[in-house]
Amino acid sequence: MTTVNTASAPRRTTGATGATDHGIPLSRITRTELRKMFDTRSGFWLSASIGIVALLATAAVIVLASDDQLTYATFTSAINIPLTVLLPMIAILSVTSEWTQRSGLTTFTLVPHRGRVIAAKALASIGVAAVAIPLAFGVGALGNLIGATAAGIEPVWNLTVLDLVGSVLGNVLSVLFGFMLGVLIRNSAGALVAYFVYQVLLPILASTVAASQTWFRDLQPWVDFDYAQSALFHGALTSQQWAHLAFTGTVWLVIPMIIGLLLVRKAEVS
Amino acid sequence: MITVESLTKTYGTLTAVDDVSFSARPGRVTGLLGPHGAGKSTTLRIIVGLTRASSGTATVCGRRYRDLPNPGLEVGVLLDASAQHAGRTGRETLSLARRFMGLPLGRVEQMLDLVSLTPDEASRRVREYSPGMRQRLGIATALIGEPEVLILDEPAYGLDQAGLRWLRGIVRDYADRGGTVLLSAHLPDEIEAMSDDLVVIGNGRILAQRTIADGVPVLTPEKQPGADHQPQGAGA
Repeated sequence: MTTVNTASAPRRTTGATGATDHGIPLSRITRTELRKMFDTRSGFWLSASIGIVALLATAAVIVLASDDQLTYATFTSAINIPLTVLLPMIAILSVTSEWTQRSGLTTFTLVPHRGRVIAAKALASIGVAAVAIPLAFGVGALGNLIGATAAGIEPVWNLTVLDLVGSVLGNVLSVLFGFMLGVLIRNSAGALVAYFVYQVLLPILASTVAASQTWFRDLQPWVDFDYAQSALFHGALTSQQWAHLAFTGTVWLVIPMIIGLLLVRKAEVS
Repeated sequence: MITVESLTKTYGTLTAVDDVSFSARPGRVTGLLGPHGAGKSTTLRIIVGLTRASSGTATVCGRRYRDLPNPGLEVGVLLDASAQHAGRTGRETLSLARRFMGLPLGRVEQMLDLVSLTPDEASRRVREYSPGMRQRLGIATALIGEPEVLILDEPAYGLDQAGLRWLRGIVRDYADRGGTVLLSAHLPDEIEAMSDDLVVIGNGRILAQRTIADGVPVLTPEKQPGADHQPQGAGA
């Protein structure tokens, strides 16, 4: 053990360490929360896997797609699948690890206003999506060029800027959905399971029921958020589709988010 | 300076903290002594704003903890050394605290040195740490902002004899330089040698307060208005 030295001395004058007493700016909390998403082994591999899977999906399209399928739309829809699955997991774990790993004990004592920490996590989650999505689409564009060159055809750019904006919006909604599960459940395993039930099981169930029950097929756009949201990945929305998205989004995302945010303010870190 | 006034915390019918009042003064080490479940941790958690009191107030440096603009620079807190993300390295854990507080880069290595975590140990994940190493990392996190006040819950837990001596040295030095130290323990041995003032707590109530004035201990048993009423249980 070292002997006691001045590093443990109580601070007598403000500013001696170059720090100020004017509170912690939200930008600093956000940057720190962003760092926390990637500084663990699971966080690192989760984000790395987004890049890896985007590359694999692109390679798969180059190898497997026939010449007439070799379009930018094929590449982006292949890349969108891993993005919509993995990006929300980063948002989920950012929130739940504070409770499951109990690191919230430190986080919420360093920043006692929990609302600011949660807001910073939301901003960081959206920030990750805002960087990851254009990057992934860039990979897709590169894949489209390489694929077309290899096949000896002209590259087909069959997506408009609006289509790309729709994809970005769709992915951001998925990230917010993951974030909502995080604040509502506050347990990593629980929130991830809930997310997979929502993302994988419910769509299968919904399409099965819709296939046999006419009444559900008519109702589905008004009750199935995933269904309404998936329209964003397939071109411009009609005003009817926007209405579906707004209604299901309120029920599946906004209301549970409000409940989650109210709970998270008081939820004890045991 | 920490001032706790008539603090009460109930969970349903359970009273975890029952009308607790005491203060921890600058230049002194105040020990909170009591068995597991006596209400020590709940009291400390209320002081730092993690748990809301049912009634009563707690202030640090004259303000409610949550009103401190950058609490880490004024109050160093260690509540539970096992509550650190297992997947982060020790150095990264400290560096996050540094970032939240807005401290210069060099503080991290300074603190690692202070708590005797070698560069190799600091690069390992917290899941590989012994309880003693976690404790030292937690104490480093509490000290990194050079706060005026230290709040340590069971800081002796997991430390060996050398670690205990080291902790005693840190705490003594801290108070001698004018800092306020509030720490808790469930074993009298761990705390009596370190503390100037002792607050004995059981079943959520203060049972006695002792202060050492001029080297002579003065014991003050608490006057309890409802002493014949058995307090209802206790929380963690």
